[in-house]
Amino acid sequence: MHLEGIRRSYNIGMPSEIEILHGIDLDLHRGEFLALMGASGSGKSTLLNIIGLLDRPTAGHVVINGIDTASLDDAAITRLRGHAIGFVFQEHHLISAFTALENVMMPMIVDRNGGSDAIRARALGLLEKLGLAHVGENMSSNMSGGEQQRVAIARALAMQASLILADEPTGNLDSQSADNVFDFMRQLNRDEGTCFLIVTHNLELAQKCDRIITMADGALVPV
Amino acid sequence: MNNAVPFEWIAAVRFLREGRLQTAFIILGITIGVAVIVFMSALLSGLQVNFLDRVLTSSAQIQLLPLDQVARPLFASDTAIEDATAQRPTQRIVSINQWQKVRDRVAQMPGVLNAAPTMLGSALITRGDASRAVRVSGVEPDSYFPIIRIPDFLTEGKATLANDEIILGTDLATNLGASLGDTVNVRAASGNAVILRITGLFDLGNKAANESVSYVALRTAQSLLGQAGAVTTIEVKIADVYAAERLAQQIAAANPVKAESWIATNAQFFTAIRAQQSSNTLIRAFVGLSVAFGIAAVLVVSVIQRSKDIGILRAMGTTRGQILRIFLIQGGLLGLAGAIIGCLVGAGGLVWYHSLIRQADGSELFPLLLERQMFIVTLGLATLTGLLSATAPALRAAKLDPVDAIRG
Repeated sequence: MHLEGIRRSYNIGMPSEIEILHGIDLDLHRGEFLALMGASGSGKSTLLNIIGLLDRPTAGHVVINGIDTASLDDAAITRLRGHAIGFVFQEHHLISAFTALENVMMPMIVDRNGGSDAIRARALGLLEKLGLAHVGENMSSNMSGGEQQRVAIARALAMQASLILADEPTGNLDSQSADNVFDFMRQLNRDEGTCFLIVTHNLELAQKCDRIITMADGALVPV
Repeated sequence: MNNAVPFEWIAAVRFLREGRLQTAFIILGITIGVAVIVFMSALLSGLQVNFLDRVLTSSAQIQLLPLDQVARPLFASDTAIEDATAQRPTQRIVSINQWQKVRDRVAQMPGVLNAAPTMLGSALITRGDASRAVRVSGVEPDSYFPIIRIPDFLTEGKATLANDEIILGTDLATNLGASLGDTVNVRAASGNAVILRITGLFDLGNKAANESVSYVALRTAQSLLGQAGAVTTIEVKIADVYAAERLAQQIAAANPVKAESWIATNAQFFTAIRAQQSSNTLIRAFVGLSVAFGIAAVLVVSVIQRSKDIGILRAMGTTRGQILRIFLIQGGLLGLAGAIIGCLVGAGGLVWYHSLIRQADGSELFPLLLERQMFIVTLGLATLTGLLSATAPALRAAKLDPVDAIRG
């Protein structure tokens, strides 16, 4: 993924217009394990939304696998997001109407990616890999915080996305669970070659990453 | 989860199932609304059919009569009138001019089911010392009885009419002291008389009609009333009883006859039926509206409650169209489920009410009309109402910005 001159403003054309991101250039490569740090209000979440194709920049280009996303319509962006990017949020955001296994199956069902048996087998495989085979039929309300977050990671991996964006994935977990979840992500990064970009305030965790990107006042801070 | 079922259907059903209490309450609301509509519609249809039956039992939907005989003033010259007073002439019994042609032409009109010539007149029936003034209707059973269903009201005998046979009302027979198979003497004002054998007795449920109506063969009536080959009326049966007035006007415009519809001759009754239909339509519309708003309200709340889920679904590649369909399907399913239960409750309630409310003689107050078409239309309309009610919440859900939605 290549980001070039990314700017994001709100209330454009109004007296209250404000620019949150001031021309960010960033390259993310397959297999990288990155930490994104910065104070609250520095623009981390805005940048993460733009990288995740949930938001569009006011100026600049986001290029994924050689495709400039500026030229894509909403449907194409949605499709690309579904295939190329996985999300893990601070809160697990599992959909409560479905079981853990179904939550993991969901991106593949939405995409109609393969037959039911194949989808189920892949979801079960991911849960097993994360040590969650025993909670497959549980609803999210019947799982611990760490289990929920690991299911969310399994869901993010379901489509074999090349990039996983994790917004403070361990923020709501106790230190033991946080370490476990972090180790899982690190392991998956090594095994699958998936690029992880993790937003965190935890310097200790960040230091375990390959690279730390720091933001301040809407710009990247040179390390 | 089965990949063969579209994701939108899976999600819609799961969301409804998860919000059980909410779903149960709105389905209960729809059920009550649909049950009221089904109950009211079927009840009013039954009552209406009953009323119509009573009105149309002994009279045709359209009756064709000869044109009135009008006196015209004499003209002494082109401008001067010889006699300024035109006295209204007596209305003699006259035949419909070229009635065979008129009957054939009317019978072929779209919407007309049957046309039957009749000869009407007055006569005196005597048996022994008893005598009664009656209306004699000369009819052809094959064409007339499908219009005025005398065979359905026979209490004794059969509905055949040879030249020497007569069918009487039960009260008339009682007054004459006559029974089935007895003979009566029928004498017209002209002095013509004929002896006829009673082959049937009918009860129209109307004492006045039962005391004064009799049926004989058309030829017998023509001979008795001194009008060989003539008919005084043509009774017309049509497919849509409510189109009677329009058809009557068309017939009168195209033929040398006066056409009177049951609507014109029973104007007050018809107005009452129309008022009843209008109020029923209004009730249905308001019930439908309240059901629609109920569904919309529940789904609006659901969209708000599920905004994070919507955001997550959008993040994992669900399109706006899929989100739209998830909520539309929920609306449609709510409407359909409520309608199915509502139809059962409404129909069950009507069956119970039908068995409970009887006339003084124990017969049914109204016929139980539970037509399949009514249920199909109700299910279709309720589902459509659900879909339409869900449109606004579904659009709102589809338009949600994923970033805002996830943030909640």
